[in-house]
Amino acid sequence: MFPTPLEKRPPSARITYQTFLPLALIMWLLPLIAVAVFSIKPGADFTNANYWGMPSSFDFFENYGQVFFNSDMPRYLLNSFLITVPTVIGAVALSAMAGFALGVYKFKANIWIFFMFVAGNFVPFQILMVPVRDLTLDLGLYNTKTGLVLFHIAFQTGFCTLFMRNFIKALPYELIEAARVEGISEIRIFWYVVLPLMKPALAALAVLIFTFIWNDYFWAVVLTQGPESQPVTAGITAFNSQFRAMYHLMSAGSIVAALPPVAMFFLMQKHFIAGLTLGAVK
Amino acid sequence: MTTAALPNNSIPDRSFWQRNQQTWAPWLFLAPAILFFAFYVIFPVFQSFNLSLYEWDGLGEAEYIGLRNYEDLYYEFIDRDAFYTSLKNNIIWLVMYLLAIPAGLFIALFLNQTVTGIRLYKSLFFFPFVISQVVVGLVFTWFYDPAFGILNVVLGWVGLGPVNILGNEYTVTYGIILAGLWPQTAYCMILYLTGLNAVNPEQIEAGRLDGAKGWRMLWHVVLPQLKPATFIAFVVTIIGALRSFDLISIMTGGGPFGSSRVLAYYMFEVALSEYGFRMGYGAAIAVVLFAIMMVFICYFLWSMYREERR
Repeated sequence: MFPTPLEKRPPSARITYQTFLPLALIMWLLPLIAVAVFSIKPGADFTNANYWGMPSSFDFFENYGQVFFNSDMPRYLLNSFLITVPTVIGAVALSAMAGFALGVYKFKANIWIFFMFVAGNFVPFQILMVPVRDLTLDLGLYNTKTGLVLFHIAFQTGFCTLFMRNFIKALPYELIEAARVEGISEIRIFWYVVLPLMKPALAALAVLIFTFIWNDYFWAVVLTQGPESQPVTAGITAFNSQFRAMYHLMSAGSIVAALPPVAMFFLMQKHFIAGLTLGAVK
Repeated sequence: MTTAALPNNSIPDRSFWQRNQQTWAPWLFLAPAILFFAFYVIFPVFQSFNLSLYEWDGLGEAEYIGLRNYEDLYYEFIDRDAFYTSLKNNIIWLVMYLLAIPAGLFIALFLNQTVTGIRLYKSLFFFPFVISQVVVGLVFTWFYDPAFGILNVVLGWVGLGPVNILGNEYTVTYGIILAGLWPQTAYCMILYLTGLNAVNPEQIEAGRLDGAKGWRMLWHVVLPQLKPATFIAFVVTIIGALRSFDLISIMTGGGPFGSSRVLAYYMFEVALSEYGFRMGYGAAIAVVLFAIMMVFICYFLWSMYREERR
């Protein structure tokens, strides 16, 4: 193990480390802690310039109540879910099939199609912006959740296929050959042999894509406007102009908007990290 | 072939599909993904290239003007200083953002211990990456706020400040980059933590026997084994730097006086904001950004291709 484990160091080193660790964490999360503190302060503290003193009262329920019952925030949150969940299902389904095709079959165009997905995944959003917006307008899907979902599925398929293909390539190929010898059709091999083995990859991708799409801001601004279809990332700017300079409410709103992916991360930590770090180890 | 004579193999002559499924199955599985991807990603790239040769307001007739959009960019006929400021800021982003890699490695080395609760610490250090950039942007805007930001409170303790980082055209880009480095460092950290987990302990022991310690051990024994993690960290950091948009849009809107624009933001401004719907001109900016990214994309693909061949 590197660096040298603490057990092999003098006790003084261990004590220094264990006192320094929480301090470092507090420093690291300081901006977030500040927002969390803001979100439970009463509005009066800000007008009295009591920014960093003790909160004059504990207003957790008042502030978050305002966010949930007196703004469009629930609407935006619902939109975010209605955009994120179908995208996750669509992108994972498409890329499971594409990854299977690229990971199992040997044909000439294989590597080029794979590279097309990889390269497309790295393209700057701006070069897609005007044509995708036009396409969405032409389809009559501008300012709808469907329009946003269709684009997200297409774009995320690039990354997901890269992921799935590498995962399937690492599976034992003998399994597939054995199934073929038994005379099982290719479609059944996909469904009954490969798909059950892919469960960890499916879970990892689902969590990752959930976070990516929930946090998307650019396409939400380009393809939607107004509370009827905007997700929470875009909605929060409207929320902030509704509560201009009311920092306690803006803080509470930000925390609510950030919470679902955070919850997802803590619940599915193992899968999340497995997904992010795929390829970081030989 | 007298398969029909066999009692239990009940398929007398195999259908077209059964004979050819090995050839056709991959295309069947690929079809939906390729269709979606071509429609929404591949064609639009070419459409943008084409559009950059036109003048178009998004509604009326598009007028072919050849390379004039690029000329306008090169000589900055339309927006004085906008293009080169954006380009310069893109380079600053690219260079500064790479600091996330050593910073992530440093934190990973710091956390690579076994004490009680270390798992929770690792998750909490990773936390900023999970939060949307919009919220990160808001959080840092308040962090920098000249009236009540915690930064100025801390500076006040040591008798400095107050400073208005986001209001000063010389510091604004660095202020935004620092906000971006926060989640990006967390990402690099998790890559290195995973990498460190897989470092071969025998090599470390061998290094120790040879008297390698500290920096020399890190440089000669550990880092070579972390190469795959470093490669991914480079890819995601470079792409992230060139994609920077959310933070700029939330924190400054390109200001003050356009001094924190980058190409990605400038393009959006030209094509879709109050600056008017100059789609062709915007497409030309996007093509320039695409060209810069293509250099890196080609390098990444080439590295992957070498790996595949091995």
